[in-house]
Amino acid sequence: MDSLLIFGNLLNTTLVFATALIFAALGGLFSERSGVVNIGIEGLMVFGAFAAAVGTHYAEKAGMEGASPWVGLLTAIVVGVLGSLIHAVATITFKADQTISGVVINFLATGITLYLVKLLFDGAGETPLLLHRLAKLNFPDFASIPVIGPILGTGILNSYPTTFIALILVFVTYYVLNKTKFGLRLRSVGEHPSAADTMGINVNRMRYIGVMLSGALAGLGGATITLTTTGLFSHTTISGQGFIAIAALIFGKWNPLGIMGAALFFGFSQAIRNYVQLFAWSSNIPQDFILMLPYVLTVIVLVVAIGKSRAPAALGEAYDPSKR
Amino acid sequence: MNKFLKWFASDSFIVSLAAIVMGLLLGAIVMMIGGYNPITAYGALLSKVFGDWYGFGEALREMTPLVLTGLAVAFAFRAGMFNIGAEGQVLMGMTGASLVGIKITGLPALIHAPLAIIAGALFGGLWAALAGYIKAKRGVNEVITTIMLNWTALFLCNYIVRTFLLVPGNQRSVDIQPSASISIEWLSQMMGNARVHWGILLALLASTFFYYFLWKTKQGFELRAVGSNPEAARYAGINVNKNIVKAMFISGVFAGLAGAFETLGVFHYQSVYASLPGYGFNGIAVALLGMTHPFGVLAGAGLFGTLTYGSAGMSFEAGVPPEIIQIVIGSIIFFIAAQGIVRFILKPVYKRKKEKVL
Amino acid sequence: MAAATPVVELKQITKRFPGIVANDSISIQLQKGEIHALLGENGAGKSTLMNILFGLYQPDEGHVEVNGQTVAIDTPNKAIELGIGMVHQHFKLVQSFTVTENIILGMEPSKGGIQIDYKTATKKVKEISDQYGFHIDPNAKIEDISVGMQQRVEILKTLYRGANILIFDEPTAVLTPQEISELIEIMRKLVAEGKSIILITHKLKEIMSVSDTVTIIRRGKVVDTVKTSETSPLVLAEKMVGRNVSFKVDKKPAEPGETVIEVKDVSLKNKEGISLLNEMSFNVRRGEIVGVAGVDGNGQTQIIEALSGLRKIDSGSIKLSGKEIANHTPRQISESGVGHIPEDRHKHGLVLDFSVSENMVLESYYKKPYTQRGFLNFRAINELATRLVKSFDVRTPSIQTKARSLSGGNQQKAIIAREINKNPDFLIAAQPTRGLDVGAIEFVQTQLIQQRDQGKAVLLVSFELDEILNVSDRIIVVYEGKVIGEVRPEETNDQELGLMMAGSRQGGIANE
Repeated sequence: MDSLLIFGNLLNTTLVFATALIFAALGGLFSERSGVVNIGIEGLMVFGAFAAAVGTHYAEKAGMEGASPWVGLLTAIVVGVLGSLIHAVATITFKADQTISGVVINFLATGITLYLVKLLFDGAGETPLLLHRLAKLNFPDFASIPVIGPILGTGILNSYPTTFIALILVFVTYYVLNKTKFGLRLRSVGEHPSAADTMGINVNRMRYIGVMLSGALAGLGGATITLTTTGLFSHTTISGQGFIAIAALIFGKWNPLGIMGAALFFGFSQAIRNYVQLFAWSSNIPQDFILMLPYVLTVIVLVVAIGKSRAPAALGEAYDPSKR
Repeated sequence: MNKFLKWFASDSFIVSLAAIVMGLLLGAIVMMIGGYNPITAYGALLSKVFGDWYGFGEALREMTPLVLTGLAVAFAFRAGMFNIGAEGQVLMGMTGASLVGIKITGLPALIHAPLAIIAGALFGGLWAALAGYIKAKRGVNEVITTIMLNWTALFLCNYIVRTFLLVPGNQRSVDIQPSASISIEWLSQMMGNARVHWGILLALLASTFFYYFLWKTKQGFELRAVGSNPEAARYAGINVNKNIVKAMFISGVFAGLAGAFETLGVFHYQSVYASLPGYGFNGIAVALLGMTHPFGVLAGAGLFGTLTYGSAGMSFEAGVPPEIIQIVIGSIIFFIAAQGIVRFILKPVYKRKKEKVL
Repeated sequence: MAAATPVVELKQITKRFPGIVANDSISIQLQKGEIHALLGENGAGKSTLMNILFGLYQPDEGHVEVNGQTVAIDTPNKAIELGIGMVHQHFKLVQSFTVTENIILGMEPSKGGIQIDYKTATKKVKEISDQYGFHIDPNAKIEDISVGMQQRVEILKTLYRGANILIFDEPTAVLTPQEISELIEIMRKLVAEGKSIILITHKLKEIMSVSDTVTIIRRGKVVDTVKTSETSPLVLAEKMVGRNVSFKVDKKPAEPGETVIEVKDVSLKNKEGISLLNEMSFNVRRGEIVGVAGVDGNGQTQIIEALSGLRKIDSGSIKLSGKEIANHTPRQISESGVGHIPEDRHKHGLVLDFSVSENMVLESYYKKPYTQRGFLNFRAINELATRLVKSFDVRTPSIQTKARSLSGGNQQKAIIAREINKNPDFLIAAQPTRGLDVGAIEFVQTQLIQQRDQGKAVLLVSFELDEILNVSDRIIVVYEGKVIGEVRPEETNDQELGLMMAGSRQGGIANE
């Protein structure tokens, strides 16, 4: 195969993997910038992936055809928010340890979703295979242009609509966080809640919003995996992407653009293992090492490149007005 | 004795107990929503575990890695770190034990088995210490590195099994030498071939070690100081970085032992895993159930093991999906963590207690 | 003057917390255009009272009137609406935000209600800043500006919200003498513009120089309200403490012996290459207390860290009784005879979740008899703790009590007990009396002087100039990581010291 086309395909696969990570990590961003650690992103993605499968399935049954995946996406957002409310109530209202609560979310998510799958689908271990998934956008005109065709056409434009939504959301998040009233208040609550409180900002309400946004976005992230990659929900649909999203959040320094970069990096290192075998020199590398690559690369990058990464100052602390 | 009684009346005990009851009740409600009978279900669960010697022995077998991974997570926690990597450390422990258990021949059991156990413990310990070292030297949060090292361990161990130990055509290693086995044959026969092994006893010893080491020794004092306030520890002349690495190493040793016992006492071979087997994540739950105290971890592993092992019986006899148990365990931890909720619900009880005093 | 309605009147305010009555039927009147000082020791109940006025707490009994109207102030928002603003002692500023962002937070001018209109915001901030002569850069980040400037941002926050009743909570605690006089200017300007001010403080000098009226609070109760012009510092002090006080610390002249610690040309830079210590040199001799005066951030923290081994130096030498100790580990330095009372008790001095007894052996746990064959010897540890608790009068229910539940004064006593028990040749005391009440302050200062009298070398770093002047035998002034002057306490005053601290004047032997 022509090496430019290989590169285009590699780029395309990178975007597929990165999309879910971007959604989920942006979710983590909203929660953590408001001061609430959310290690439950993995579980929220599970909720989203499950809800997308179920929502799409029933929409298909109702005869909605190609619109069904979009119903699935919406269902995922709603269910993701509901799941995140558990985290919000525990950590914000009842001041439970945020890390522990996140672990609980991960636990509950697999339990609840697989239990429901069995209830809804007569004891099956996974949802029925969806008839409709999200379709890649198609720009046939571009593919024929030499040089930029394989890269722009095959590589970038020929992607799932969710990829574009994710990329647009990165910039929307950047704008919201840095340019709007809401963003300023959200950040103030994550940096110095008692300062925000004395300025008349309702700390707990802002944090609820932050956590619920993380539920919506992580749900969306989980949904993209169901609706673009697996086509059904089972216990293996989400296997660690939520944790990688958290790594992307930290690696991206709690910053939307940084997150995009980190997610693309992780996406690339996952995608490259599908392509590295195409090259002759790679034939001696055992398959296990290629599978290992993204994780080893992440550790190396963190060890070598971590600079002054600054977490929100009040991250992880429940806000207790009596201790001001 | 008085002290013992007082502990049962203590606040944290009552809250934990209430959390367990509430978790089980919530599970019952979820079962009823699904159209199942919770009494039949819990009955089947209990009879699976306590109904015969085989079930009891197998439940003990199930609890052993839970105790050890629970200790691993709890130990790191006490030193101020969150070890999500027990998962990978277990796998490394399996691999270390397999390598020694399979490749070394001609040793008497009294030497071979302990050697294989030590190899597993070291593999797990060093794998965890790597995350500790990266944290100490480069300040990289151990949560991310241990997550990444889990997956790295998965593929690395698979590679080792595939390359050096494989039964051709199968997704597993050859069996370990009989001299490396730690199964207790006579007890196993008495218990209807339940896979009981010496590791069960060693897990109990490990939790005692945890307790004495952390609260009674000089090194434990340092680790607790670092875990509780690293800055003050540094001011007091304690080498914080050294302690971070040490704490992770010991934490990993616990997890590595869990893996070694699974290989040497339960399976007698090592599988090629398609994805992470989940030992370490369960260990997090157990550590939290046990409030990161070694004896609490024993109790937590007992509860967790009973519920998960019994859930198979529940599923078989009452047709209830075993996933319900994850919901139960998740909500128990949730209630323990968010004690505010429990106190809120227990409020009427507390009030009456106070009135009595008055 | 008689019938004027007070702008704020607190009527019989009572506030209880579990175990204590923080405010016991307190009544105070604030007249328009006056500076009303609230005087009391740490823990007397001043801050609680002001938090009630600012809507952060609700009173259990009593009520608040603003301009003669009874009001319920249930949130800070409500207080702001009523024109009440608070300048907090611990600034409520987001470090990573700009000045403007901090000021507009919660009341942001916007385009269409969503996007912040930074142009208008910056302009408005600049306007108010200029009106009162604040000279502040609206676009600077808080973490980059001086403490004095940060305080101005706090004041601007209230003015931006249209406050005409301002509460200043211990505003001078962290300021230099020059910054204090600038602040006093600002306060006078504010009052001249018709604002009214409540000033919470325990410093008599400020009260005498700026306030019109003083209300003294002790243990949650009003002791008296007097006109400043009709009282004296001594009278006020006695009312505040409830007994006779003497301002002068009782001590004999020093009899310094041979040099214990010799710091020579010590330099160090941070990661960004900015010089924090710049060839700093000084020495401390046996039997003397050397005070370090200087504005926060001029190298005090770094020299202490270098002296105790917590930080590596780039060049220079630190000799303890003639032996080089620079860049040794904290443990080595501690063992060679250096004691250290750290600046931040909670962060550096104690492990709060450890018991008092465990904290007592925090630096010696590994030695015999506290550890034997690797195991802790609790009997020896508890014996030591019992002895130290007794001889240093640490008030604790038991030696097994967690350090967290001790009062600030008793926590500090525990640290001092531990450090003095090490019997060090050289004792570093960093901000040893910060946040303590008068009784505890006296205790701490007496201990330092006793150590001196026993022939120890003591280095005292403090932002309280009075403390430096009263306790030290010799004062060195640091500025930008360098010792720029040395003076004797009996030959100087806080004005001169203040100028030296600001780097504008060199004094003493540095001129040689």
